[in-house]
Amino acid sequence: METVKVTELAISDNGFIFDPATGYSYSANETGFMLLRMLQSGLDKAEIRQQFLTEYETTPDSLDSDLEHFILMLRALNLIGVGPEDADAV
Amino acid sequence: MKKQYSAPYIERNAAGSTNKYAHRSVLSHLDNIDHVPIGNLIKEHGSPLFVFSERQIRRTYRHLTDVIQMQYPNSEISWSYKTNYLGAICSIYHQEGAKAECVSGMEYEMAKRLGVEGKNIIFNGPGKRRNEIVNAVNDGARLHIDHLEELYLIEKVSDELGIIPEVAIRINMDTGIYPMWTRFGFNYENGEAFRAVQRLLTGKKMKLVGLHVHQGTFILDAFSYYWVAQKLLTLAQQIKEQFDVVVDYIDVGGGFASQNALHAQYTPAEYATPSYDQYAAAIGNAFNESRFVREHEPRLILETGRVLVDEAGYLLSRVIGRKNLPTGERAVILDAGVNINITAWWYKQRVRPTRPFAGSYQNTVFYGPLCMNIDLIRPAMPFPDLQSGDVVVVSPVGAYNVTQWMQFIEYRPNVILISETGAVEVIREREELADVISREHIPEHLIRI
Amino acid sequence: MPFDLSDLNICIAVTGLKTGDNPQPGVPVIRCLRKAGFRGKIIGLVYDALESGIYVDSLADEIYQIPYPSAGAEAFLNRLDTILSRSAIDVIIPTLDSEIITYIRLNKELEQRGIHTFLPDEEHYLLRDKTRLASYFPDKGIKVPRTILINDSSQIMSLDQSMSWPVFIKGRYYEAFKAYTVAEALHYYQDICNRWGMPVIAQQVVSGDEFNVVIIGDGKGGMIGMVPQRKLVITDKGKGFGGVVVKNAGLDKFAADLMRILRWRGACELEIIKGMDNAFYLIEINPRFPAWVRLAEGAGQNQPAALVMLALGRKVDPLPPYRPGTLFIRHAEDVISDIQVMGGIAALGELINRTSEHCETSFPASGDPDIGI
Repeated sequence: METVKVTELAISDNGFIFDPATGYSYSANETGFMLLRMLQSGLDKAEIRQQFLTEYETTPDSLDSDLEHFILMLRALNLIGVGPEDADAV
Repeated sequence: MKKQYSAPYIERNAAGSTNKYAHRSVLSHLDNIDHVPIGNLIKEHGSPLFVFSERQIRRTYRHLTDVIQMQYPNSEISWSYKTNYLGAICSIYHQEGAKAECVSGMEYEMAKRLGVEGKNIIFNGPGKRRNEIVNAVNDGARLHIDHLEELYLIEKVSDELGIIPEVAIRINMDTGIYPMWTRFGFNYENGEAFRAVQRLLTGKKMKLVGLHVHQGTFILDAFSYYWVAQKLLTLAQQIKEQFDVVVDYIDVGGGFASQNALHAQYTPAEYATPSYDQYAAAIGNAFNESRFVREHEPRLILETGRVLVDEAGYLLSRVIGRKNLPTGERAVILDAGVNINITAWWYKQRVRPTRPFAGSYQNTVFYGPLCMNIDLIRPAMPFPDLQSGDVVVVSPVGAYNVTQWMQFIEYRPNVILISETGAVEVIREREELADVISREHIPEHLIRI
Repeated sequence: MPFDLSDLNICIAVTGLKTGDNPQPGVPVIRCLRKAGFRGKIIGLVYDALESGIYVDSLADEIYQIPYPSAGAEAFLNRLDTILSRSAIDVIIPTLDSEIITYIRLNKELEQRGIHTFLPDEEHYLLRDKTRLASYFPDKGIKVPRTILINDSSQIMSLDQSMSWPVFIKGRYYEAFKAYTVAEALHYYQDICNRWGMPVIAQQVVSGDEFNVVIIGDGKGGMIGMVPQRKLVITDKGKGFGGVVVKNAGLDKFAADLMRILRWRGACELEIIKGMDNAFYLIEINPRFPAWVRLAEGAGQNQPAALVMLALGRKVDPLPPYRPGTLFIRHAEDVISDIQVMGGIAALGELINRTSEHCETSFPASGDPDIGI
């Protein structure tokens, strides 16, 4: 997973996200916002997963499927690229 | 203490798509029906579950009759069986004083089973069979004639039985609504209705007691009932003048809309559905203007169904699973599908959570459990992030579901009634294999595999 | 003597802040209120974060997003209660066709919350529906071009038995196309049917001079104000981007007659054509102020200001005579703002620009000053 673009996003505390490179802006909910912040601070999937399980009332199964989907959404929005570890996903 | 979780979500902003009000849901939850906790109902009777409120049924019926009688005291309601013919539900209406409106031999038998006398049954519909007509004539039921061949058949039957049956003529007409239903009864504008009356009276085999229009269903234009009543009363006056026959009643049919919204309807029910007062005033205005009413004071009959029972019915359904669609929408799979909630095909029903959600929401589609693409309960609406096992309330579902539902793929669920005292009664038990196969026969040579 | 609201310390909410090529009336309504010296709080109620009025400096003090009318009454009231927990609202002026019925039907709920409106009741509101005009008014002496409700394409084939080409093919809520042939009419019929549903309205085109009138009806058959204009600049979408106030005794009488029959309460806009036969024809009645309502204020009748007083239940005398020859030209301008303003409204659904003296809010200004752009 290539997260350079995520680190360039301007994320305001109210959940508004602006991409100065493209001019697009985004809205996220609380967990989406938190996840982006984690990606910006360089956490990997395993660390993000662990932190979510510690902070939120959810099960690993339900979380995994949601995390997968969120990553897919980011990819579809062209906010993350495909990194070397995703080679099998290409 | 851990925080309440909802699935992470992100979307791109674009003009016209940023209607979010801080991502806070404006949806209220409903955790009880008539003060009975929904959790208890599900625990005891399983999911999915149809729930009817006796209190709401009676209250609605009394409200409608009050409003109509304020406009015109000599009025009554015949309960439209096809809307919901569960014995318990019909019995509530009959206890309240409603007569019966049946559109088939089966419904006719149902009404008789519940103790409704023939004279209190309107036998309606375009497909009456000979034996059904014989029964109805013998019982003294009122037959509403749909077409000429039926008229001839009733003449023959009355001859054979030596009984003069009481009948009404069913009429279709332009009342300014669309689509105009022209397939039932005789047309008013082209004079067909008048000629049918003429023919009927010339035959002298029947007594013409009423004129009837059922202009359509889910009529959002209350004013169209003015034309129904006005034209029927004009015809009644004409019949009086030309044949010296005075009809006893004017039947304006049903069709009042409930608090539901058609899929193609932009405005929700709260802003589109006319109130009882608006419907009643439209009919009342025509009655107040009519010379026929001043001189003969006919009975006003309503054959309402949907508006009386739709809101009194709820469908409780549990979330089986969730998935994410390629469109970015959330999908929820419920354990109740269109097999039992068939009106979901025509109406944008309301889906409500049964517990409060603090978090945000996203567009969510509700599917049923059938392995069929058509099994859609509710197109996308903003909804909080449900978890598997959560229960939602789908409403209004009281009209046309427990009659039009299908025994398809799944067993039909329990139907319960919350009585006025709060007691919960099962009024139709969940089906099991025996119910589905009891009428089947497997030929001998197919029994061994 | 212009209308003076300078002593009125209340909060007024206005909807419809989009300007641009198909402008909504909210921004001009607010301008009229300020022109009357109103110094209290103005709240803009918006549906979308990109409604341009949000970005105009010192227009609205606070902006809140509200759910679309299609979301239903419960959603609307829930959202309204959240807004009311921040800011009491005394008067709402809805300005969009599709939302008027919301405020009419929820009148009681609004009054319970201390919110006043000045709108017709539902019965009168429905009388002006496009599908009703031709059946209700002609008997009463108001001419309406011949109109047929089309429920079936076969009716199009026989249109020329009762009308002559060209004919307007109109949707019940929006859109109108001029058709010169059966084929064109069929095409527009299908198009409108797919988009807006049935019935489709076929109306005889009456050629002549087109006038628009903005009116406040008193609900008893009289008028508090009335200003007629003739469009001078018409865009390719048919919107009037310039116009001049006219004085025409026939037009005045037509509008007064119509109001006496309709007993309209509140703001409305009439679309009228004076045909070659010198008769006036009613084309449409819109149940709200038009986007050109500032022309009324410019011509001496501050109708939005009068409407506020009427909503508050104050006695309002008829507005002074309008000044014919008053002109308006719509001028589009680019407003410069910052993406964080949009961010505030997109993320929070609200934007607080100014804290009025009588407004207690602890809510911080929108946007994040640290946003790294």
